[in-house]
Order: sequence, then C-alpha cells, then structure tokens
Amino acid sequence: MTELGFDSARLRRGDMSPVEKIWQMSWSLLFWVTCIFAFGFAMLYSASGGNLNPWAGPQLARFVFGLGVIAVVSVIDVRLIMRFSYLFYFVVLLMLIAVDVLGFVGKGAQRWIDLGFISLQPSELMKPAIVLALARYFQGVTQDEIGNPLILLIPLAMIGAPAALIVLQPDLGTAMLILMAATIMLFMAGVRIWKFAVVGACGLAAMIPAWALLHDYQKNRILTFLNPESDPLGTGYHILQSKIAFGSGGLFGKGFMGGTQAHLNFLPERQTDFIATMLAEELGMVGLLALLTLFMIFICYGYAIALRCRHQFGRLVAIGLTASFFLYFFINLGMVMGLLPVVGVPMPFVSYGGTALLTLMFSVGLLMNVYVHRDTQIGARGGFNDF
Amino acid sequence: MMITRDSDWTKMFNRRALILGGAQGVLTAALVGRMYYLQVIEADRYRTLAEDNRINIQLLPPPRGRILDRFGQALAINKQQFRVLIVPEQATKLTPTLDQLAKIVELSEHDRERIKKEVGRKRGFVPVTIRENLTWDEMARIQVNAPDLPGVIIDEGLTRYYPQHGNAAHLLGYVAAVDEADLTGDPLLQLPGFRIGKDGIERIYDLTLRGKGGTSQVEVNAYGRTIRELKREEGQPGADVTLTIDERIQRFAGERLGEESASVAVMDVHTGDLIALVSNPSFDANTFSRGLTTDEWKFLSTNDHRPLINKVVAGQYSPGSTFKPAVALAALEHGVISPEQTVHCSGSYRLGNYVKHCHKIHGSVNMQRAMSVSCDVYFYEVARRLGVDKIAAMAKRLGLGSPSGIGLPNEQGGLIPTEAWKKAVRGERWAPGDNLNVGIGQGDVLVTPIQMAVLAARIANGGLAVKPRLVRPTGPGAEDLEVPSLGIPPQHLEAVHAGMYDVINGPAGATTAASNGKLRFKDAEKKTWTMSGKTGTAAVRRWTDAMREAQKRDPESIPWAQRDNALFICFGPSHAPRYAISVVVDHALGGGGAFAAPIARDIMEEVLRLDPSRKPRMDEQIVADAAPLQGIRP
Repeated sequence: MTELGFDSARLRRGDMSPVEKIWQMSWSLLFWVTCIFAFGFAMLYSASGGNLNPWAGPQLARFVFGLGVIAVVSVIDVRLIMRFSYLFYFVVLLMLIAVDVLGFVGKGAQRWIDLGFISLQPSELMKPAIVLALARYFQGVTQDEIGNPLILLIPLAMIGAPAALIVLQPDLGTAMLILMAATIMLFMAGVRIWKFAVVGACGLAAMIPAWALLHDYQKNRILTFLNPESDPLGTGYHILQSKIAFGSGGLFGKGFMGGTQAHLNFLPERQTDFIATMLAEELGMVGLLALLTLFMIFICYGYAIALRCRHQFGRLVAIGLTASFFLYFFINLGMVMGLLPVVGVPMPFVSYGGTALLTLMFSVGLLMNVYVHRDTQIGARGGFNDF
Repeated sequence: MMITRDSDWTKMFNRRALILGGAQGVLTAALVGRMYYLQVIEADRYRTLAEDNRINIQLLPPPRGRILDRFGQALAINKQQFRVLIVPEQATKLTPTLDQLAKIVELSEHDRERIKKEVGRKRGFVPVTIRENLTWDEMARIQVNAPDLPGVIIDEGLTRYYPQHGNAAHLLGYVAAVDEADLTGDPLLQLPGFRIGKDGIERIYDLTLRGKGGTSQVEVNAYGRTIRELKREEGQPGADVTLTIDERIQRFAGERLGEESASVAVMDVHTGDLIALVSNPSFDANTFSRGLTTDEWKFLSTNDHRPLINKVVAGQYSPGSTFKPAVALAALEHGVISPEQTVHCSGSYRLGNYVKHCHKIHGSVNMQRAMSVSCDVYFYEVARRLGVDKIAAMAKRLGLGSPSGIGLPNEQGGLIPTEAWKKAVRGERWAPGDNLNVGIGQGDVLVTPIQMAVLAARIANGGLAVKPRLVRPTGPGAEDLEVPSLGIPPQHLEAVHAGMYDVINGPAGATTAASNGKLRFKDAEKKTWTMSGKTGTAAVRRWTDAMREAQKRDPESIPWAQRDNALFICFGPSHAPRYAISVVVDHALGGGGAFAAPIARDIMEEVLRLDPSRKPRMDEQIVADAAPLQGIRP
C-alpha cells in the first residue's frame, strides 16, 4: 500500500478503476493549462471589443468540452491507446488524402473536412497522431536495433507521407511543425546524431527544388521575412504592424482592451495567429512574460512526466507532445515578433480555433494518460501481459 | 538482460532530454531577448509609429470674412449650401436608392454615371456627392423622405455668395480653387475644395479674409475610417473687410450706365474714399462658383464690351479735353498766359506747315471761356508756349500717368509722354506739332478713369495730393489724414474752377446739352448750382472729312468700335466740393457733353442726395450709438 492508498502492483498492472485514475491525474497541470487558457479567453474577449461573441464564448465552451476529453483520454488504458495508435494514424492520414483530393477537385486551398456535425482540420489531428504512431513504433525497439538504418525507413515514411500531404494543402507551417516534432522524437528514440546530419544535408540540397514548388505567396512571405520593411504596404505590412504593436506596448502595455493597433484593425488576424501581438500590446512585456512563464511550467511538467514514466511508449509520447507544444508557441511568437516567417501557426490554448484547441486538449489528455499510467508495464507489442 | 537494455535506453533518454531541454531554453531566451529589443529598447520608436498609424490631423477651414460697404451692407458673404451625399455601405442597394431620390430631386444620367463610378472607386464609408447647391425645398423633401433613403445624408457647407450679384463684381473679384502657383506653405491651401481670392478685393485682402485654420485630431482605423475626435483646436474666422464704397451709389451708377461699355469712379475729394468704382457691363461672380456653362463663358470672354475687364482701372483712354484743366494749371504756373489774356480762335491753328482745326470758330477767348467752350486753338497755343515736359510734370502731379495705388490687380498706369520718353521709346525727336496734340489730351496721352477722378479731386480740394482708397486704414492715428499740398497757388485753381463751373452752368456752355441747362441741378435746400466739370471727346481713329460728314448725317452708320470715346470729369458741390466723379463711355454715339456728362450729372445728384461722406460709417456707428456725434467730418 502506498500512502495514496494504491497497491504499487496495481499501478504497474494499470488495473485501476476509472475513478481511481481520475484521482491519480495531475490536477496542478490542469490548473496551469487553465491559466494559459484564461489568458486566451481574456484576449479573445478584448479582441471582440469586450464581447463574449463571436470568439470568447464559443472558445470557452470548447475548453469545457476539452476538459471532458482530457478526463476520458486519461482513464483509457495506455495499452489500449498504444494498440490503436496505428489505426488512429491511418485514419488521420486518409482524412489528409481526402482533404487534398477535395482541394484538388475544388481548385483551392483546402484544410477542412466537414463531417456534418463538426468541421475537422486533419493536419491538426496529425500532430498527436504522428507522435502516437512513432512512439508505438519505437516501443520495445532496443538501442542496438535503432543502430540499424533499415529500421528507420518505416518511421521516415510515416513522417514523410503526412508532411508531404500537408505541404500540398498548402500549409507550410503545420508541415514544418510536424517534421520538427517527429525529428525530435527520432532524436529522443536514440537515433544517432550523425544520421541527422546526413538527413539535414540532404534536406538542404532538396530545398532548391522545393523552392520552385512553393506558392508565390509563400515565397513572398519568406522574402519579406528577410526584410519586411522593404514592402510596408504589401506583404511586409502584417509583420511591420505586428512589430509596431509589440514595440508600442512597451513594458506594461496600453491596458486591457486598450490596444490601438489591434482595435483599429492595423493588426491582422488578432484573434488567431496574431493574438500574442495583441497581448503584447495591451499587457506589455510583463504580460507576455507571464504567459511565457506559464508555457515554461507546462513544458517542465511534460519533461517531468516523460522522465517519470517507466515505459518507452509513454516517454516518447510525452516528449513528442511536449516538443510539438513548444514548437507551437515558439514558432508563433517568433513569427509575430519578426524572427520567423509568417507561416500561420496559432498560439496554443490562446488563439481562437476549435480543432486546434480540442487537439491540444486531447494531447493534454494523452500526457495525463501517460502520467496516470506511468508505472504500467507494457510489452513490446503493446500487450497487457507479454513482457 | 531486459533490465540492462532498458536502463541503457533510460540513460540515453535522460541525457538527450537534457540536451533538448537546454536547446528549448536557449530558444526561449532568444524569444525573451527579442521581446526586450522590441518592447524596451525600440519601444519609443514603435510608440511613435503606432500613434502615426492611429492619429490623423484634419484641418478645419475657417469661414471667410465678409466684404461690406461703408455702411455695413453685405457685398460678399458666405452662404449655407446643402449637398446631398450617399454613404455606399449604408445604402442597401445603390440603384433603387438613386431611383427613389430622382423622384425628389433632379438627377441627370451623367450624375448617375459619375456616382456609380465614384462608389466603385472609394471605400464604403466615404460619402459620395450626389448633388450640390440644393435649394431649401429640395433639402426639406429629402429629409422628409429620409426613412426611404438609406445611406443618403445631407451636408451643410459654406460657399462664397455675392448677394448683389453684378453690383461691384469687378471690384470684389471672386474666389476659386487654389492653383499650384498659389501655394505659400499655409496648409489650408492644400485642403481640397478650399478657395482663395483670385481677383479684386478678394485677392488683395485674401489673407485678412482667409483667417486661420483650426485642427482636429481624430483617431482612424486601418481603413481610414474616423473612430472619434481626440482633440480640437478652433481656428480663427477670417476678418471682415469694410470698403469705402457705398453700395447704393455703386448700384445706381451701374444701372445708369445701362448697356454701355463704360466706367465710373466716384471719390471723396478730401479723404480719397472711393464711393463707387464701376466697370460696365458687369457679371455675376456667383455663376463662377456654380460653374459657368460654355455659352456663358463664351459670352463673357468674347463680348466686344469686355465684361471681364475692370475698365475703371485697366482701361487706358486718351483723355481728350478732360486733360485741359491740367494744361491750364501748367500754363498759369509757368506764366505763359494769365487768366485774362486772350487767344484768337479762327477755327484753325497753323504751326509752320502744320494746320490743326478747332471744332468751332470761338473768336477771342480767355481761360475761363476757353475751358467752358473747350476751345482747342487756345490750348494749342498754350501747349506750344509750354512744351510737353511742363505739361507732363503738372499732369503727373495731378495723379495722371501712374497707378493710383489702390492695388487692384491688373491696374494700368496710363502714359504721359515727355520728350525723353519719345526719344527712348520711339527713337524720334519731339516735334513741335506733338505739343499741340498733348495740349488737347490726344496724341500719346493715356489715362485711366480712376486717374481722371483723382485729377478732378485734386483740382476740387484746393490742390491737395489726395490718394484714392478702397479701405480705411486702421490702427492708432490712422484717421489723422494729413494730405500734402501739391503747391498750386489758389488763384490758379480759382481760374480753372471758374472755367469748369461754366461748362455746366455758364451762359453758353461747351455743349448743347449744357447750354440748354440740362446738366444743371440744385441742392435740395440751398438752391445753388452745385456741379463743375469738363467734357472730353476722344477719337479712337483718324477721321477724314467725308467720314465726319457721314457721322453727322447718321451717327449709327459708324461701326461701334470706331466711334469716339465720351469722357467727363466733375466735382460738386461747386462752392465746397466734396465729391469728384469721372465717367468714360466707350465708343459713344456723341461727345462727352452729350453722353458722359448727363450720366455724371445724375450720379452726382444721387451722391449729393445720399451724401455718404457726412454719415457715420459702419465702423463709426458703434461709437455713434454710444455718444452723440461730436461733429461732422469734412
């Protein structure tokens, strides 16, 4: 018996009742996530000029629904999740193909799939799906086996296929994010560093033909990223206005709902990709640092869960999700501050957007699941007893 | 075995997690560094940029000052103007709304095309003008129907309005849009639709009338829509300009001239106040701000009566016999003749081989009679004795041959020839015969109607160098009018006065009209003859005897542009002159006595009846109301 009233054997076997599992959840992690969301809620409230509609209210409803998702996901047996990882990955992959085909037929950018009762963005779902699939693949793979390059062919294909499909949508930002998160997972799975160097060199060589494949607007975004002020009325306008908003916010900001850049429409997309800019303008560097601190706390929880977990699958899932979460806000912040190209990556938990928020909540659920099942023993094939 | 493998992997995982965490820490630090750069180091620069984004400064045009006559009657004012505009984003459907509107106010196809084009070009919240210059009725009808006209708004503005239409139009000038050349750095001038004075008083007092613009700081959003006003600084309305003109006399003179191409100047002989300054025919400057039709413009610009020229200052005429008082004064000053000495007029005058004719055989005439009958032979002889330079010197002292100094645009200086002038300009020696022409105000002598009024005034006021003016000087001491003397002895002036008195009142005047007493009139109370004058008739072409015969038989057979100019100068009342008048009728059917003098007489009667110089002016009335009038100014 531990002081929590559990038999450690039961923890290892994972045969706790759902209520016990709920009790085992990291409530403090949930608290920090709620804090981050609160920032987003406040900013959405401000973005609509002090209204719950059209953004803050619906987003709150999704968050509450997302809490339910977290609860459900965290009580599912981790071995069950592992078993269904590939299936989940393939379903999302099929959805991506469907989206591309529909987009091709409809002759335009297509990111959504309409299921009638809900619109899904498969590229968002692919973020946890690739993490689960790779973790599943590397569960039980030894260090020696990873040394064999052939064993890496399957994961490379698993990464390459969705990345290519998302680039075709075209959604360069998400594709990059998935590629980077997957690379981090390969690194954490133990792939030798020199192999990354080789792939990296090949990737650089591949950039030349890739450049030719990019859409003009994407090329322009990269070019103006290098010198946005060269074209203040055209493509550089957004980033320039974003920087003005940032800088004019100063240390303490212009006050909640007092952002002139945001409220007078100088700032584009203030409720989605540029919501951090609005926060920086209204609450200043102090407000932004507070948000950044919350993100750091969340990342630390992710690392703690990963390190505390006793099975490879859980560790890789936790580290993969944490990494993609980090990439999310790093790319978003870097983008709105003019450090990275404007690629359309939202701010996690803060930006308006249903699929993104629910996917993130689902990811938190997975993280929580790993935490709850940290001591559960898993066989190489995800079996319950085959270790 | 399994455990070992697992712990190897764990070690590797922990090590790599540390590397990954470190890398993420470095990247986060980079974000914080960037934040610090933008929000602390560069904060001021971006704050300025954000304010520039947000704040627009709009100029508020000040209302233009009015132009008033000496008694405060309005000559130029600002009139409220109603415009109907449409805000496209508020108009649910453009075409039905315009159809609805067309039932209320007139809308041409052309207007509709223009509106549709502008709506397509501008942002949805920028109002597009549908029609300007609405009448009160139209405006009221639109307001009543407002619920059926979504997006239609009515806007008030000020436009320049000349309530007396053609009265004093040349003098007042007009306002028009700013040209590139007018830009002086006053930001008001760059305001779209701003108008400045382009001619006349509107132009020379433009800075006074213009005022100072105010500013309004407004917050705008990214699309340029005004959100709210942050700060407002009211400007200074333009100051009124009060003229010396009496609009009643100005109007009377204009109406008296009828259809003639003619000029009238009426001047106070003591102060130089111009009571009227008329050029006829006139035009209505209101049509300029409304926009002229092609026909109207064609009429104004090609009419042979030249309605657009301010002839009273820009018309240059041979003064003819109206020049004779100046010649007489020169003769007396230089002692070439005394008032009583006579010259015999046999109808012609011979100088060497050169023979000049008089219009009649006058017999022996002294100065008084030579003036009243306008004997040319007398003045040929006097001019021959004087020589041109002495005549020119006196003419210039009396105000001829140079701009009057009132500053109206396009004023001409006229010309008083001298021997040196002929040598310099024509390269010819002055011939003795030239003196004769100058003696009767012909030849190269050119004067403007306003100069002729100055000549009459300076003779009338006892030889004081009075200068004409349109606006009273303001400020301390401005009313202490010290008019310098021209240094002409009073007895010389008396001799000229006597001659000029006889022109109107003499037993046998210079003209049939005068001799019949048609030009005489009396002061209402004193029953005395009150006007002195001098006629003039100036040929504008060389005449042959045959043509003169034809003219005598039927004056109208001579083409208008070849007829003589009829001129007249006068002052009154004769015994204590207060007003001087000059009248020039272009290409009249007869001479100055028959055509210009009756006009001058009627105007003089009106001027003396109204006597504007004896009444408190607009700017004095405030004082007059407060305390009883202390005395009457001269």
